[in-house]
Amino acid sequence: MGKLFRKLVPAPAGAGTAGGAVGAERPGGLSARIHDILHANATLGPLFVLLLAVLIFTVAADGFLEPANLSLIVQQVMVVGTLGIAQTLIILTAGIDLSVGAIMVLSSIVMAKLSADQGVPGLLALLIGFGVGTACGLVNGALVTRLRLPPFIVTLGTLNVFFALNLYYSKSETVRGVDMSDLLLWTGNTISFGDTKITYGSLIMLGLFVAFWWVLKNTAWGRHVYATGDDAEAARLSGVRTDRVLLSVYIVAGLICAVAAWMLIGRIASASPQAGGTANLDSITAVVIGGTSLFGGRGLVVGTLFGALIVGVLRNGLTLAGTDVLWQDFAVGVLIIVAVAIDQWIRKVKA
Amino acid sequence: MTTNGVTPILEARGLVKRYGHVTALAGSDFDLRPGEILAVIGDNGAGKSSLIKCLSGAVVPDDGEILLDGKPIQMRTPIDARAYGIETVYQTLAVSPSLDIADNLFLGREPRAPGVLGKVFRKLDRGKMRAEAKRQMSELGIMTIQDITQMVESLSGGQRQGVAVARAAAFGSKVMILDEPTAALGVKESAHVLELILKVRDSGIPVILISHNMPHVFEVADRIHIHRLGKRIAVVTPKTHTMNEVVAIMTGAAEPGAVGYDQVVKDAEREDPAHVAEALKTTTTKED
Amino acid sequence: MRGLGRRTSRMAAVGAVLALTAGFAACGDDEDEGGAAAGGDGEKVGLITKTETNPFFVKMKEGAQSKASALGLELQSFAGKKDGDNESQVAAVESLIGAGAKGILITPNNSSAIVPSVDKARQAGLLVVALDTQLEPPDAADATFATDNYQAGLLIGQWAKAKFEKEGTEAKIAMLDLNPEGVSVDVQRDQGFLEGFGIDVGDNTKIGDESDPRIVGHDVTDGAEEGGRTAMENLLQKDSGINLVYTINEPAAAGAYEAIKAAGKEKDVAIVSVDGGCPGVENVKKGIIGATSQQYPLKMAEMGVQAVADFAESGEKPQPEAGKEFIDTGVTLITDEPMDGVESKDTAFGLENCWG
Repeated sequence: MGKLFRKLVPAPAGAGTAGGAVGAERPGGLSARIHDILHANATLGPLFVLLLAVLIFTVAADGFLEPANLSLIVQQVMVVGTLGIAQTLIILTAGIDLSVGAIMVLSSIVMAKLSADQGVPGLLALLIGFGVGTACGLVNGALVTRLRLPPFIVTLGTLNVFFALNLYYSKSETVRGVDMSDLLLWTGNTISFGDTKITYGSLIMLGLFVAFWWVLKNTAWGRHVYATGDDAEAARLSGVRTDRVLLSVYIVAGLICAVAAWMLIGRIASASPQAGGTANLDSITAVVIGGTSLFGGRGLVVGTLFGALIVGVLRNGLTLAGTDVLWQDFAVGVLIIVAVAIDQWIRKVKA
Repeated sequence: MTTNGVTPILEARGLVKRYGHVTALAGSDFDLRPGEILAVIGDNGAGKSSLIKCLSGAVVPDDGEILLDGKPIQMRTPIDARAYGIETVYQTLAVSPSLDIADNLFLGREPRAPGVLGKVFRKLDRGKMRAEAKRQMSELGIMTIQDITQMVESLSGGQRQGVAVARAAAFGSKVMILDEPTAALGVKESAHVLELILKVRDSGIPVILISHNMPHVFEVADRIHIHRLGKRIAVVTPKTHTMNEVVAIMTGAAEPGAVGYDQVVKDAEREDPAHVAEALKTTTTKED
Repeated sequence: MRGLGRRTSRMAAVGAVLALTAGFAACGDDEDEGGAAAGGDGEKVGLITKTETNPFFVKMKEGAQSKASALGLELQSFAGKKDGDNESQVAAVESLIGAGAKGILITPNNSSAIVPSVDKARQAGLLVVALDTQLEPPDAADATFATDNYQAGLLIGQWAKAKFEKEGTEAKIAMLDLNPEGVSVDVQRDQGFLEGFGIDVGDNTKIGDESDPRIVGHDVTDGAEEGGRTAMENLLQKDSGINLVYTINEPAAAGAYEAIKAAGKEKDVAIVSVDGGCPGVENVKKGIIGATSQQYPLKMAEMGVQAVADFAESGEKPQPEAGKEFIDTGVTLITDEPMDGVESKDTAFGLENCWG
């Protein structure tokens, strides 16, 4: 079996050829081969899990593999997927953002209320909402880079602050879609490809993934994000302005959260101050399952898409198969642990 | 100030640096001549790391001046130093493990692709980066790395050293500072790095080599700057002194006025008597 | 290096943050200290809700506040940080005992875990009234003012049954519950609905043990729009012929409606719910929700405050109706499609009496 595998999967370039690249205990053969491949491509693991899950549910649940259902899953992960992009950027810099959900809800309430209560034209309300999200990101970034507090602590604090602002401004009331400009609800409108329908919001999400994949790979800023997360001191000594990079990452993340807010309104046709309760953790889950390392500097943004899809597939598939809701949470929990364990194993490189 | 008509490329006079009550540099001098490898040695606490930090822009001295090609310069950050062409390879190497070799080489100075893609979307010119990286690495004779697209973390310590050195040499630098380059390496890899250092010098870039490793120093250095108690107390050469003598001067077990020292002083006197007299005044001698 | 400059700017930043926090605290809730001297002796009464954010509790607090002012009592309100947060409520009870309050109104996050604190309060001579959710055991509180959630479910179930019999259609039912934890309100509404519809519920303290083929499936919503939408989508995928949807509350119903609308089935599916909040009643009026059971948080709070006032004056404690463990604050079926045999009121009534 090992020989066959080796024939099918050629050795990745470079790995193992440099003298003593992987030190001490290297269990030979298959395990090491998988390690090297996964090391070179952190997203293969999640992709494999995703395909496996799709396969299992195609068999176990009726109607899973229909285009309509698959399109549905993409729509269901639309909001978390977008938040996941923001979270990926921050986690790549070895930080974490616990306030993404709160930023999203605050932005959604602001844009919705401006449109519904004050009659602000849709586009302007939308842009102001984006502005709010960006400003929240700026606050996070400024606190992290100027006060030098750990991102976990900063965003734990701002999570509460943004949430309180949200409740204050909304008076705990939901803003209904019918009262808002149609533009705010546009992300929930569907476009048909043959028989299947998909929402504009999902297309935006997919577009954002492609855009950020490109930016992280092909621009200096993208490379600096990785360098800062991997070894901030080394990056700084190399001439990377790590403070600026960090600040810009948080600002961009805030803007993305505001875009997610727009999608949320489209999905639930309203803006609710109680929404997005689990969004923070869900976004982190998607990132972690998607193969991005919590220690920074490693992982691809497309992995987060896989991570979000995996969770979506699980929830959808388990419901279709009629299993108790308890098992959905159980399965997600197990996946997280497995993903982090694999990440630790992959990270082990002794040069 | 020229000696024998040769302007030192990098010179420092009377550098002072205090950290609270501790004086790390007490009026230290320094000069680096074109085309040479100058080793800087000194015991722990002698102040040599402070000296190097001043020269590489990591620290601003409290007093004294630094001259590049005879002109005074001010450096507030390592980036300023880089702008002047003073490149430093730190002990920790400062390479990004998760980026590939080409990315690391150009970190902080990435070239953009031509046209719209480059200007508007800021796309990097990957092809150019790779080609250039390959060229630099082969010029320096770092042949064992097969693939420029490898992540740096899969390289051995010596190879990473190679990447860091190539990076320092690649951008038209005037001076290269190497901080303990062989400290973490085994025998074979150290030999490669020393070869590399000679290549760098031969390509026209003078090198400041900080090292604790006497055999390595004696192998490649043209001159040896000995630092002690916050000052430069002697400049000797491997030809005029033995390793033991150099160590003795460094630790204060012997006066600079040991065998061979006078010869160097006489040479210097011929070139610039006033400067030598100054230097002799500030040189410590062992009190009996 | 910019040593001094950096430190100064850091201090300035910290100072700014502190100033901001102080500012927020200063212009924070003045309403908590609602002591009006309108006749009463300014006795204290405490209100501890599950959370601060749910409009249900916001309304409850408003009701308590106005009643307290009218009676001349001082209301001090507290809340858990989130659903299920018992610790904050325990701390609140202790604060109230210490403040010398005469009575405590509480919607417990954890009906059994709060009992020791409640006992302490009663021993200290305070009247403890449970609102909306009973304690475990129910007599741990001096009285309970609550909605009969089972009745609430029963009413909408009966309405749905009558509707489907009238139209002669076979029902395919989707059950959108709260969460997997088996909270009493979740179980009671779910089982009440099924019994009202005429389905054998088996053990009526458990969700999901029914075997009637008309039930397509259960899913959870967290009582919010997002959850409602996702749950509805998934169940529709399971069986696109669903024509009756039970929802735990109106936000979940709103989300479910979005899913149904996206599938183009608004005309084919009837949604029923519980709550009677103003947005929900609006939805009934619009035809989004077929019928909803309206409950009265304001009434609960007012009756609770009154009970504490009475207790403070005369030591008299409220008594429930015979046979019931709690004092029923009433449930009204709100619908614009009245069915024979099921008493209901229309949305005009609903809007006059709604909350939120």
